[in-house]
Amino acid sequence: MKRLDKIEESKIYKSTTTVLSDVRSFVNEHAYNFGFGDKEISEIILAVDEACTNVIKHAYKGNLEAEFEVRVIASGIEFAVTVRDWGESFKPEEVPVPNIKEKMKVHKAGGLGIFLMRKLMDTVEYQEKGAANEVRLVRYLKNEPKA
Amino acid sequence: MNEFKVLTRDSGNAVVMELHGFLDAHTAPELEKTFSELIGKGKFNIVVNFSELNYISSAGLGVFMAYIDEIRTNHGDIKLANMQQKVYNVFDLLGFPFLYEIYKDQDEALRKFSNH
Repeated sequence: MKRLDKIEESKIYKSTTTVLSDVRSFVNEHAYNFGFGDKEISEIILAVDEACTNVIKHAYKGNLEAEFEVRVIASGIEFAVTVRDWGESFKPEEVPVPNIKEKMKVHKAGGLGIFLMRKLMDTVEYQEKGAANEVRLVRYLKNEPKA
Repeated sequence: MNEFKVLTRDSGNAVVMELHGFLDAHTAPELEKTFSELIGKGKFNIVVNFSELNYISSAGLGVFMAYIDEIRTNHGDIKLANMQQKVYNVFDLLGFPFLYEIYKDQDEALRKFSNH
């Protein structure tokens, strides 16, 4: 299959964890079409899952009627996924790097998602745009794209 | 939708927990329920077989963190086994290999319990 060197697609999802598997399929399809290999695709999928999980759990706090958007914009070597919500804004700088040993004691996994996103993607940027919050996750295509 | 299933069975003085499918924020509560039932029955020696688990996110990892302390306080452990590479990579990124015993093979993990 010929790779796509330009992608611009978006989808709106209800704020419930049942949509996470659909989000993963959506990102999987476009990351594959853009030419990423299996390992990179699974890393991008996980980072986007974590961003969406944060929106569902924290920005919307279980409001099932709320919606968020996942947009893929890819060109050149840049594959960017933006997750946008209109819920409570988020201050990433207030989330400390997790100490797993400490977290085991307090039985909480909070902060692991952001930590993973930063490990898995080349850049992770948070922005407030009016009433919207955006997290933009970028991964660069490093190897020669598949033919 | 991506499915998730947990099967448990006794093996000597331990319980083997087999995970199947996709473990994310949607399916993690099912795993929590299984851990909490085992703890309720006083079963603290747990081997988790990951061979059929295709995906894990931090919500899934959080479940292992939530119960390990209580289990170790009761002289048990959660030992992890048979992980696919992509699942292991996520555990590795978060430093789990320093805090949990991870085995290539379930039987090796079970033997560690039978030695006690």
